[in-house]
Amino acid sequence: MRILFIALIFLLSCSGEDDTGSKVDIFSQQGILLLGNGTEPSGIDPHIVTGVPEHKILLALLEGLVVFNPKNNGVLPGVASDWSISKDGLIYTFTFNPEAKWTNGEIVKPEHFVYSWERILSPELGAQYADMLYVIKNAESFHKGQIKDFNKVGVSALENKLIVTLENPTPYFLNILTHYSTWPVHPETVEKYGGMTNRTNQWTRVNNFIGNGPFKLASWEINKSLKVSRNELYWGNAFNKINGIEFLPIDNELTQDRLFRSGGLHLANTVPTEKIKRYREERSKELVEHNYFGTYYYRINTRKYPLNNVKFRKALSLSIDRDLIVKSILKGNQKVSYSFTPPDEKSYNPRTELEFNPSRAKLLLKESGYESNSPPLEVLYNTSEGHQKIAQAIQEMWKKHLGLNVVLTNVDWKVYLSRETQGDFDISRAGWIGDYPDPFTFLDMMVTERGNNKTGWSNTAFDELLKKAASKISTEQRYELYEEAEKILIDELPVIPLYTYTRTYLLSERVKNWQKNILDTNPYQFLSLE
Amino acid sequence: MIQLILKRLLTYIPVLLVVIVITFLMIHSAPGGPFDAERVASPEIIEKLNEAYNLDKPLYTQIYNYLSNAIQGDFGPSFKYPGRSVSELIMSGLPTTIELAIYSILFAIFLGIISGLVASLNPGKLLDIIPMSISLLGICIPSIILGPILVLIFGIWYEVLPVYGWGDNPGDKILPTITLGTAYAAIFARLTRGGMLEILGQDFIRTARAKGISEMRIVLVHALRGGILPVISFLGPAIAGLLAGSFVVETIFQINGVGRFYVQAAFNRDYTMILGTSILFTFMTLSFVLISDILATFLNPTLRDSGGLE
Repeated sequence: MRILFIALIFLLSCSGEDDTGSKVDIFSQQGILLLGNGTEPSGIDPHIVTGVPEHKILLALLEGLVVFNPKNNGVLPGVASDWSISKDGLIYTFTFNPEAKWTNGEIVKPEHFVYSWERILSPELGAQYADMLYVIKNAESFHKGQIKDFNKVGVSALENKLIVTLENPTPYFLNILTHYSTWPVHPETVEKYGGMTNRTNQWTRVNNFIGNGPFKLASWEINKSLKVSRNELYWGNAFNKINGIEFLPIDNELTQDRLFRSGGLHLANTVPTEKIKRYREERSKELVEHNYFGTYYYRINTRKYPLNNVKFRKALSLSIDRDLIVKSILKGNQKVSYSFTPPDEKSYNPRTELEFNPSRAKLLLKESGYESNSPPLEVLYNTSEGHQKIAQAIQEMWKKHLGLNVVLTNVDWKVYLSRETQGDFDISRAGWIGDYPDPFTFLDMMVTERGNNKTGWSNTAFDELLKKAASKISTEQRYELYEEAEKILIDELPVIPLYTYTRTYLLSERVKNWQKNILDTNPYQFLSLE
Repeated sequence: MIQLILKRLLTYIPVLLVVIVITFLMIHSAPGGPFDAERVASPEIIEKLNEAYNLDKPLYTQIYNYLSNAIQGDFGPSFKYPGRSVSELIMSGLPTTIELAIYSILFAIFLGIISGLVASLNPGKLLDIIPMSISLLGICIPSIILGPILVLIFGIWYEVLPVYGWGDNPGDKILPTITLGTAYAAIFARLTRGGMLEILGQDFIRTARAKGISEMRIVLVHALRGGILPVISFLGPAIAGLLAGSFVVETIFQINGVGRFYVQAAFNRDYTMILGTSILFTFMTLSFVLISDILATFLNPTLRDSGGLE
């Protein structure tokens, strides 16, 4: 028995290195970032994956034509060292940086982008982000199988230039290019390990992966860590101060918090809500809070009685005390929503309003002709304590101010998505994070019959305004049209915006040059460690 | 004996088949599919995805195809992790899960048998009441509660043990092992106590005492062998239970075992992964029950003579 005990103790204490200092201290000296990265990435193929953890990793491994500028939400040269835009705003010509190379030493060519965009637009691949490229001429038709010849799509290579023709002038096209779905893959590698449209392609394996980003893939242990190391061949390597990054898939926010506090992470990507106050008081330098390009809202099924009545929807919105929700429930510096698109004082700042006015709400409810003996309304949400608290508060407000009976239905994520898509709901909680810093990423969602509309709402004037905006080169003119569309949306309320998201996370003081921006994106080559 | 083992192994085939078919039907009847996402894909894309993963075929064809491939060891591609097969993902986590289960069972055996022994030698006294009360508590507290409590005490308040990972930092295996093993240690303690009390009251023990053999020798050599038989019989289901229940501990301590896939697969509607992990845990449960039956047969002459496994 004694031997058994000794053996057990020995086995339990068996492990790797002898750690004397904080891991963050040691790794900072080595120039290695330790990042808490949420869930295990489903993959690192930029044309297949769709999540935030995947984006954070791809930001290290691949680079598009331009790079996101974390200081002003604009763009910086990437694979393209320079670009020009035709006067009508329809043709973009990108000149390639001759120093831009793949990790195998080959030069990144315009043809590689043509191949990559053909790949993501090929219907056989089943890419869920292919519509990011719909702004390119004929891209949507090709993706929907209406045309088979990719040569008809508005992208072509000419010597060291990539020429892109758009459907409409799209001033935010360069912003779209900072999204990973537009980034290149190495054609020979993709072909070698499975072919262009094979979803089970093996090209992303550690030994196969060829990238062109500031870092190269070093190791990947599922549910444990994904490590990248400096890419010496990267054109901007001389300016890169980070030697490597370790992405840790920690989906339990309490575990992540404990690990951060014990010096095991430079970045914990979430903070347990109940601990925010304490961090503000005790470790405020490590707590980062900033606006995020996302809106939390309630989606209304406008096909159903009584929600098909705009007065009833307005009554619902007018009886929600958003201030109370933000201050008493969320407590995370979130901002009350007055529009569907998150406002930005420096660019798009719609002058729409969403007031809390219970007496007007009562009046509108009466005018709507709502019959008080109607079946109770259902609020659908996916299982989460946060969603539940908000739903309970709103349930109480609607009961108190309107006398409505509301039932709350809490279901698992996939059931929630399935019911929303099938229109099997009255009101459902929803959230949307913009893919690029332009109002279009929000407003386009509400166009008639868009897959993400889900409300059944359709408004011709709204659709026309968005179409008209697409043809404008001037950003001011476009924003004016967007604001008009936004007003229609807020007037009709197929969605009831509640608050604008805030990103709250923990960042070690050793990380320098970190920028707080609405997309929460910091290309790692601009960071440094002390 | 070999014939009996083979006979038992043969019964596994229909059991596994039933598990596969029931699991298959259950996951397909659950609302929501693997390609439901916040950003809705167009019907054309969903169609292509269904084609790519053979979900466009009738259910009976899908089951038939799955079984034909599974017999050859191919459990299909994961829906959640494109480019990775279910077998590969399971194999990436299985060694860790098995290691965690082994440490936990060793811990449970050690603590359980010692406590049970002490209690059985002091029936009705404090040394019986205290370990048995603690063991009752151990059985009652689920690992989902015990884990965070241990983390709070040893990881946060006293900062003496790591709270994350497996094999990356010194001592990071201690808390997961205790969390997973405690409930079984408690059961083993009660089983040992019961078994020992029964044996210690038998004639051959009285004879041994009469012969003047030391109490230590009587307990450890003569009584323990029979006294721990209930523990041995329970070992198989215990290991199977540890493996299947490891997902809670793996989640609390972020351990890269196969248990996490088991749970995540259900939430992700990763059909092939749900089936793969279900088959694995069914197979392991059956195997460990068989092993524990074989062990019990060898230790118990009565069972051995009668063929035991029957």
